[in-house]
Amino acid sequence: MLAIALLFLGGAGVSAQTPEDVNQGKKLYLGHCSPCHGQTGTGGRGPNLAQPRLKHGASEEAIADVIKNGIAGTEMPGAWQLSDREAALMAAYVRSLGRVERADLPGDAVAGRRVFERSGCGQCHIVNGEGVAMGPELTEIGVRRNAEYTREAIVHPGAAVPESYLYVEITTAAGRTVSGQRVNEDSFTIQIRDSTGRYHSFRKQEMKEVCKFAGRSAMPSYQGRLGEAELDNLVAYLASLRGEP
Amino acid sequence: MRFVTLLLAVALQAQVTFERIRDSEQAQGNWLTYSGNYAGHRHSPLKELTPANVASLKPAWIYQFETGENEVSPLVVDGVMYVTAPNFAAALDVRTGRALWTWNRPVPKDLKTLGFGRVNRGAAILGDTIFVGTLDAYLVALDARSGAVRWQAQVADYRTGHCITAAPLALRDKVIVGISGGEAGIRGFVDAYDAKTGKRAWRHWTVPAPGEPGSETWSGDAWKTGGAPTWVTGAYDPELDLVFWGTGNPGPDWNGDVRPGDNLYSCSLLAIEAATGKRRWHFQFTPHDTHDWDAVQVPMLIETTVRGRLRKVVATPNRNAFYYLLDRASGEFLLAAPFAKQTWAKGMDARGRPIVLPDTEPSEGGTLVWPSLQGATNWFSPSYDAASNQVFVSVREMGAYYHKGEAAYKPGTLFTAGGERALRGDKAFGAIRALDAGSGKQKWEFRLHSPPWAGVLSTAGGLVFGGSGEGNFYALDAMTGKPLWDFQTGNGIACNPISYLVDGKQYVAIAAGHVLIAFRR
Repeated sequence: MLAIALLFLGGAGVSAQTPEDVNQGKKLYLGHCSPCHGQTGTGGRGPNLAQPRLKHGASEEAIADVIKNGIAGTEMPGAWQLSDREAALMAAYVRSLGRVERADLPGDAVAGRRVFERSGCGQCHIVNGEGVAMGPELTEIGVRRNAEYTREAIVHPGAAVPESYLYVEITTAAGRTVSGQRVNEDSFTIQIRDSTGRYHSFRKQEMKEVCKFAGRSAMPSYQGRLGEAELDNLVAYLASLRGEP
Repeated sequence: MRFVTLLLAVALQAQVTFERIRDSEQAQGNWLTYSGNYAGHRHSPLKELTPANVASLKPAWIYQFETGENEVSPLVVDGVMYVTAPNFAAALDVRTGRALWTWNRPVPKDLKTLGFGRVNRGAAILGDTIFVGTLDAYLVALDARSGAVRWQAQVADYRTGHCITAAPLALRDKVIVGISGGEAGIRGFVDAYDAKTGKRAWRHWTVPAPGEPGSETWSGDAWKTGGAPTWVTGAYDPELDLVFWGTGNPGPDWNGDVRPGDNLYSCSLLAIEAATGKRRWHFQFTPHDTHDWDAVQVPMLIETTVRGRLRKVVATPNRNAFYYLLDRASGEFLLAAPFAKQTWAKGMDARGRPIVLPDTEPSEGGTLVWPSLQGATNWFSPSYDAASNQVFVSVREMGAYYHKGEAAYKPGTLFTAGGERALRGDKAFGAIRALDAGSGKQKWEFRLHSPPWAGVLSTAGGLVFGGSGEGNFYALDAMTGKPLWDFQTGNGIACNPISYLVDGKQYVAIAAGHVLIAFRR
């Protein structure tokens, strides 16, 4: 009887969390994790946790293990003083940071895939190994971004361009102009990738000007180019891309 | 006979007397203490490298550490370089970088570094003994020729979050050491140990117990977890026989409600008698700090004209974004001038107490304040060039949303009660700034792509060396800030450069990630 009860409890785990559990997990996270991983988990001294897949935490159990025991050879300490339940609540919260759960959406994902192919999205995005890597890979975009965000990104691509896709235009001392995505920048050099995928490296001393277009995306807006139903379908297709076979 | 003479010469050379360190300006070519001299200047008297020839600087050798995050500022003594990493020390041949000996101390499995990285910033030397602090809060004395342990003194219990990352400071017959743990609710202190025996000579608590001076700035039991750690090496004035040591944040960091009052002697500079451990004076930069603005920058002891009068002062660009000058003997406040963007203080009153602006306290939803909790500068060293009377400082231009959380002390866990959401990426940047030492006025700036974690080294040849978060090690013209040379090390740099002579040639060394690189022309 005891074994069964334990099994039951184990099975329930933290997947059946109450709002109070979620709150408790968040509190524990803010107290123990946020000094290194940031208030929203986007990282700081410690790595970004707001991403769907964590290097050392493939599952909630694995994350709880890391919280309790740390990661050898890194700065991640173990928190041996936490109870298993506390570690589990924290793990659930950490896992929720960068994961979008499945949602019921109005569109049809199968039809959305056809919209994706017809609209040439693969000319700039890779899904499951197919396509061209100009823009972000979309293989697991459904876990990373919710439907509203995805829809906005299709209609207004410039609304939220990640800094890793910053569009820059460089004028060299000789007057040549090169534009593209910034790949790297430091105090002395900058590397960019142009629209053909070619990399360019410049020393800042050799440049006349660097223009950074924080709100500009290399992606064209699909506003007006897709009907409402097509857009719904495309969003549903992207939401279905969760990096799972 | 010749062999005997040689041996004798080596034996004599290996003795680093107090006088040799005190007169380090005459000991050209060596680097005998953390900051190069007791005055905390991190300025090399070497002149071979100049703005005209620094462009031909290139790596001479590379030493690889086993650990990947190295913040060491090496020592160089008569042909041997001493480097450290967490619970590790090595003596290297300065010509080749080959290890002459190494020493290791196992890191306890249950050790946690609460609120900072597993690093070690360097060693101290006195006589023929090397002194190094460990993550498990021991001070260890090693024979400089072999790395054999002479003694080990337990400074504190690592299980309560105490830790040593700073280089000790060796002077006369003592070794001074500071403690980390400001995010773990420790009660801070500065310790002195007998250099020969390892016996503790004195302990200077940085948070007063009830009844002691300053205890009126605490209430209840808050002092017991009051923080004020001492995790960066201080400076020393042999004439006054005073040790100058900075203290860190009060605990918990971002929720001051549980510790009403000024919380002395957190975020302060302490002038401590080396002989007795007694406090001569203190100056608190940030009373009742709630932004984690530790006053742990290396204090620089300089002589400069302040408002028309030549004075012996302590100069320090503080994490709270103000550059301060204090009278060295009395601690009298002389000047505070902002050297970076700050949005928390209207200015200072006549005694140097900040006039704090409203709505700058951490809050549940987050309060945007400049500088970020890492400060306008941090533990990495500034430098001072007496010839041009310039202070050089690595500046972090970054704001942050400060959050206030709940505070509950549990031994051996984080006691921070909040945190920050910093404005990262292109919203932040860094700079090397040259300040007129007597006024704090900016003379030039070299802009960095991101807020740096590396200190600066200035040289009599007219150069300033620094490191960037993207791995650039570089040289600037000390009079104009113009970039003259740079080298990509392959890892973000979080340490302080040094300079020394080998066979009459000037070297500059910097650690970056797993490696230490020695450069020469």
